[in-house]
Amino acid sequence: MSGKTFAEKALARAAGVSEASAGDILDVRPDMIFSHDNSAAIRHIFEKIGAKNIARPDRVAITLDHAVPAPTTQHAQNHAEIREWVKEQGIGHFFEVGRGICHQVISEEALILPGEVILGADSHSTHFGWLGAFGAGVGRTEMAALWATGELWLRVPEAMRVTLTGRLQLGVTAKDISLRILGDMGVEGGLYRSVEFAGDTLSTLSLDERPVLPNVMAEFGAKNAYMPPDDVVFNYLEAHRTRDYTPLYPDPDAHYAIDYALDVSQLEPQIALPHQPDNVVRLSDAIGEPVQQAFIGTCTNGRLEDLQAAADVLRGHQVACRLVVIPASSQVLLEATRSGIIETLLMAGATIATPGCGPCMGNHMGIPAPNEATISSANRNFKGRMGTPEAPVYLASPYVVAASAICGAIADPREFLS
Amino acid sequence: MSSHRCWVYGDNVNTDVIFPGKYTYTLKTPEEIAAHALEDLDISFAANVRRGDVIVAGQNWGCGSSREQGVTAPKYAGVDIIIAASFSRIYFRNCINQGVLPIVCPGLNALVQTGDSIEIDIPNGQIRAAGRTFTFPRLSPSVQAILDAGGLVPMLQHRFAGESHP
Repeated sequence: MSGKTFAEKALARAAGVSEASAGDILDVRPDMIFSHDNSAAIRHIFEKIGAKNIARPDRVAITLDHAVPAPTTQHAQNHAEIREWVKEQGIGHFFEVGRGICHQVISEEALILPGEVILGADSHSTHFGWLGAFGAGVGRTEMAALWATGELWLRVPEAMRVTLTGRLQLGVTAKDISLRILGDMGVEGGLYRSVEFAGDTLSTLSLDERPVLPNVMAEFGAKNAYMPPDDVVFNYLEAHRTRDYTPLYPDPDAHYAIDYALDVSQLEPQIALPHQPDNVVRLSDAIGEPVQQAFIGTCTNGRLEDLQAAADVLRGHQVACRLVVIPASSQVLLEATRSGIIETLLMAGATIATPGCGPCMGNHMGIPAPNEATISSANRNFKGRMGTPEAPVYLASPYVVAASAICGAIADPREFLS
Repeated sequence: MSSHRCWVYGDNVNTDVIFPGKYTYTLKTPEEIAAHALEDLDISFAANVRRGDVIVAGQNWGCGSSREQGVTAPKYAGVDIIIAASFSRIYFRNCINQGVLPIVCPGLNALVQTGDSIEIDIPNGQIRAAGRTFTFPRLSPSVQAILDAGGLVPMLQHRFAGESHP
């Protein structure tokens, strides 16, 4: 009998059973559940169900991030309904407009820990694999059911192992690794699977870089993603956590449906062309394509190191197109202000906006006009994603976005890094 | 056995083109949501879809955002059955929870065209189309129970009504 994958172990633990195998359907009791601006809609579903009180309000997080500060009266009304609900139900973890993006804030607050299960009403909930947690997205109705009952059925997924070896070169990042994986395997390459990372590259990635891999695996069709937590993660959590935890690791003889391996030491910067995240080419094949807007931010690449990367490229230069920078959280914005990164960005001609999702899904704060191309550090470039189907979106690392902002066209950041 | 008119699409259709993100916090009524169904995929869909029509798609239908309107927009427009070679996982769950039957049937979208009629036999798990018969797998009993209840909300309504009136 073969050993167990991370997903098999984590879901068995959260369901309170001794063991589970891929294909089993379990009633899982997650350690944390969360939603965002969709919480008012979830509240209405919850009320329709006939439940009175949230089952475990201390394990519920709500972050206002998708359209903040409210761009219209309708959005403001939506936020007002959520604030009222938070008070009424005594929801344990509420984060106001400007605190940041749900995935980033929950990570900063250490609301989820290694070996735990977190379900979010957001597709990028795979993000929490960076902490060695099982994170998966659910729909609004399922979040209402989770509020009401504290439980949800989950099918234990088959797993896929992604082994990364070697050390990245200067100007190449975890974003480039994730784009290469999508390019090689397609947006359906990880469908229904637990994507479990392995290999010696992982320990070389910084805290800020790690979440990129599991975050982007949402575009891979993955149910969840996982990185084995190490001392870097444990030390980070020690200062923030409020409960004990026991990390989980896959058995060496666990069964993986697919094995994918990538030596990252020779990897060049990558870029996803419109209109799908797996439409990936080497950056060198896209150099010179004109862009009218550059955007650095989102749950994928809006952390301090991402802003630092942009500043490293932009220092002493002026942008030739609009550059919108939106830190992923207030903590990122504060640290970037203290360290002078914000000043460097402003001097180069960037504009800085309130921490949150920004224009990523076409709500506000940087919607392109039809036929204007945007290069973005986000994870999604589907047609119409940023508000209009006529506006093409390119996806790349913050380095590449910053270099492209200087040139007004897709450019190689390594020319600007010493 | 029932007869259905098809709307046929390809692989990896994402929820941004099924229901654009810019509407997710502002459009609320079924009529408003239905009016924008498949807006950035097929502009003729919302204007011409009829109750009982089905969507027939390729692999990974509904990838991308978890937004539930990806399912409710076609549902409110009249679609109760979606057939695809495969579904993105959140989309599949959203279908069950909204009482929309997701049928996994690889290959069908290559053999039919928009406007064609197909026959679906749900109890026996069969589809007749283009002169051929396809079989599709049953849902697991616990998942089928949610669908049989009409979705997750009606199922939980029953449970919570039982708790308040034992």
